[in-house]
Amino acid sequence: MIADTLQVGFLPLVDAAPLIVAHEMGFAAEESIALDLRRGPSWSAVRDMLSFGRVQAAHMLSPVPVAAALGLGGTGTPLSAVSVLSVNGDTIGVSNALAARMRQSGHDFGYRDARAAGAALIAHAEHPLRLGVPFPFSMHAELLYYWLSALGMPAPQNVDIRTVPPSLMAQALEAGEIDAFCVGEPWGSIAVENGVGQLLLPGNAIWSFSPEKVLAVRSDWAAAQPDLVGRLIRAVWRAGRWLAEPDARTLAAELLSRKEYLDLPSELLDRALTGRMVISQRGEERQVDRFVEFHRGAAGFPWRSQAEWIGMQLAARTGLDRAAAAKAARTVFRSDLYRDALANTRAELPGASSKIEGTLREQTAVASVSGRLFLEPDAFFDGRIFEPSKD
Amino acid sequence: MVTLSIVVVEPDRDRALLIVDSLRDAGDFDVHVISEPTGLARRIQAISPDVVLIDLENPSRDMLEELALASGPMDRPVAMFVDKSGAGLTDAAIEAGVSAYVVDGMQPGRVKPILDAAIARFRMFQRMRTELAETKRALEERKMIDRAKGMLMRARGIDEDAAYALLRKTAMDQGKRVAEVASALVTAAGLLG
Repeated sequence: MIADTLQVGFLPLVDAAPLIVAHEMGFAAEESIALDLRRGPSWSAVRDMLSFGRVQAAHMLSPVPVAAALGLGGTGTPLSAVSVLSVNGDTIGVSNALAARMRQSGHDFGYRDARAAGAALIAHAEHPLRLGVPFPFSMHAELLYYWLSALGMPAPQNVDIRTVPPSLMAQALEAGEIDAFCVGEPWGSIAVENGVGQLLLPGNAIWSFSPEKVLAVRSDWAAAQPDLVGRLIRAVWRAGRWLAEPDARTLAAELLSRKEYLDLPSELLDRALTGRMVISQRGEERQVDRFVEFHRGAAGFPWRSQAEWIGMQLAARTGLDRAAAAKAARTVFRSDLYRDALANTRAELPGASSKIEGTLREQTAVASVSGRLFLEPDAFFDGRIFEPSKD
Repeated sequence: MVTLSIVVVEPDRDRALLIVDSLRDAGDFDVHVISEPTGLARRIQAISPDVVLIDLENPSRDMLEELALASGPMDRPVAMFVDKSGAGLTDAAIEAGVSAYVVDGMQPGRVKPILDAAIARFRMFQRMRTELAETKRALEERKMIDRAKGMLMRARGIDEDAAYALLRKTAMDQGKRVAEVASALVTAAGLLG
């Protein structure tokens, strides 16, 4: 059987792992597809490559297709998220100067408590606090807005959130253009390694189960190629399952470090994959559970409620009609296509396609299509819950 | 008609000059060059241009996305040009590796000559980039093959032609390229010390 070749865009980040593994470990070949992985220079370039059909699928920031559905940024081409590629995986870091002030007043850099870290940051930041994020429509930006406004430091009055490409984040911190950042790995670790900053908090301390990257395709392509979409979803799901095996991490770090992918030392990539983060140049280590998750807790399932949460955050900030935004956003995460693709596999799929976000404080068994599925904690640090509109 | 102002984002000085020349040839424009990624969005806002041209390969392009979210009445909303233009121009621009942002609502006809000039220039850059990469690769391979030949000549006491013939035969037998075999030999020799 001759394989169908799919061009797939990605950015050099640890959470591109499911696509790289699907290709390198033969999970794509099992579905008779060949992935032609194309490394993109920027998120806007990858989004446009997808919109104009230069690639058929892409590693994409979860808010980008939602923003497109709300008419924010991009070319107006409707995009669909057919799977979540990764949950969590961001890290917040601060400049050495800011870290020194925070340490002096007793903050322990425990890399765990969002309330304590946020309070220390707010107490010692200059005003306005300048924060770098990779893209205006990113989970990084959403987590920062949510965290800082919940702690009484709302944007944009006191916070200046700026776009800095991940690969330039450490440089921007060193040049004093920003005081802090939220970025995907390994770019936070690179700031530590270069001695320009220290890590303050993992993204999952703010929201313990945030959809970080999605597998995005053009909506019209998904409608025209249901079979190819299904094969792609299955290949990526199997890659995620493989990545969840503890033994797989060393090899995954080696694969990702190759020249054509991240082209960075595997030791740096290993940190996010194992959750053993080095937070300062002095070598202080912090172990983080679920630093980045590719599989457990139905990580790949594109919950409509996740898309709706993103849509509501974007609408609130840009002054769009909330009800309309919620409605447009929820259709972007294609739990329907995901279910179809994995119907005859061993994947445990949840019974519902939408859930109240933020209620789970620990691992919880829920009804699944074929039996029982364990969902991972999905709480927000401030205990708020998000109730999506009814199906 | 008011002169259109154009910002070219290009870190390489020579390339920037070439683009500026092409644009001047294409019409009477007010052209600014920004070479540093630092504070890109704010600098562009300060100039408040009608059109921004940037290399598709430039990672700093993401900084321009902020401009699409106009927050105040004085801010000029921008849109990526290629989505508003004819399909042919869009494809040509993407193919050539140029992205353009224009003030929302500008007539495509006024931007077309600018983009045409930029596309032509960027195509040339792309060819140069490919040629340079190819030349570099060929040079590296040549060096590797020379080193491998030298090792074989010393180890086996054969002349240069025989050493190359041996490399070529091994490559053919293994279904590999001569450069790959040479590189494996050099690496292995390095490891053995």
